[in-house]
Amino acid sequence: MLKKRIIPCLDIKDGRTVKGINFVDIRDAGDPIELAKKYVKQGADELVFLDITATIENRSTLIELVKKIATEINIPFTVGGGINSVADVAKLIKAGADKVSINSSAVKTPQLIADISKEFGSQCVVVAIDTKYESGEWKVFVHGGRTPTQLKTLEWAKEIERLGAGEILLTSMNNDGTKKGFALDITNQVSKAVNIPIIASGGAGTKADFKVVFKKTSDTGALSASIFHYGEISIPVLKEYLKTEKIETR
Amino acid sequence: MIAIIKYNAGNISSVQNALIRLGYDSIITDNSNEIINAEKVILPGVGEASSAMKHLKGRGLDEAILNVQQPLLGICLGLQLMCDFTEEGSTNCLSIFNTQVKKFPPKDKVPHIGWNSFSSKKGGLLEGINLEDDVYYVHSYYAEISDETVATCNYIQPFSAVMQKNNFYATQFHPEKSADIGEQILKNFLEL
Repeated sequence: MLKKRIIPCLDIKDGRTVKGINFVDIRDAGDPIELAKKYVKQGADELVFLDITATIENRSTLIELVKKIATEINIPFTVGGGINSVADVAKLIKAGADKVSINSSAVKTPQLIADISKEFGSQCVVVAIDTKYESGEWKVFVHGGRTPTQLKTLEWAKEIERLGAGEILLTSMNNDGTKKGFALDITNQVSKAVNIPIIASGGAGTKADFKVVFKKTSDTGALSASIFHYGEISIPVLKEYLKTEKIETR
Repeated sequence: MIAIIKYNAGNISSVQNALIRLGYDSIITDNSNEIINAEKVILPGVGEASSAMKHLKGRGLDEAILNVQQPLLGICLGLQLMCDFTEEGSTNCLSIFNTQVKKFPPKDKVPHIGWNSFSSKKGGLLEGINLEDDVYYVHSYYAEISDETVATCNYIQPFSAVMQKNNFYATQFHPEKSADIGEQILKNFLEL
């Protein structure tokens, strides 16, 4: 049986892990390699590294970090942030990333999804959607949620699948940071609209939030950053809980 | 020395990294002589089937693979290329395993991504591994079950998780990304 995936996300700035709420009050949270290894040991199913600065100057720092991660950990990992071209992807894949996550650049140039998929296979293309419910509609936002677009979330999700993405990482901005649970409504709508796997993100606050998203949607994975970093919920405890709730995990 | 066959742009360094963690030296090569003379050979799995086959044939690596006498391990797309034919790009493959590779019907999410256990298995590569142990899969095509299937997995339908014929071994999952269980399976291959 295919297991539900628990995916911690590490925000990276200048090669270090950072913690912050809504990009404010960002504090150094240490060596990403050590944190990644800890999560692997605890039973994380995949890891996501998101470069939140993604400026040209720190790209080489990021590439070096990806190389180190690839030698140290033995589970799949995704790298996102500041990817604008097939050449950017080539560098990350060559350094050892299994998948890349693209967001704003895919909205700006949807063909990028098809180009990466053709070159490296659809399995390595994760398209992240930041979505917000406003005036009766779920819309797509870019640039870390700062910029609204005209795209409707469901239509964009279908287009992402058509262009050859392997997975969608769906973050509800209405839920992100609230700790009141994942956005079941839009997650279900997107999951029904496309046949590629969906990873839910944004809003996890309790163990029960994971149970609910796995029971009430067809999501195959759930991502969270802060609850794992701050030690509010540990991965082994979460997985044990999910097992008692009859949700299959590794 | 372990030879990892280089045949396209994908992430094959992950296989080499896994070998380093296990303490084995390896080279990534598309040189037929180096492949034929290596102690063990790995055909890693990334990319699209028709372009991968074209690439192998263009460098005479298809012949080299068929001539390998020592243990060879195909991973993911590597397993699929060792079959007769794949629907991906309607591609004739290496015909080591007498079976067909088909696309999963859209009855559930495709690709099959994530950790899955075994529904049946015989010894060999999976020595010391339990049916309920999970390994990491990411694929949209699967090899139909045949006489050379030595372990199966079930997603949408049962398919070949591990195949073996003589010195040719293959896994649909990625042992190099399957944590400790994957390392044990790689070790089993390396110690053959």
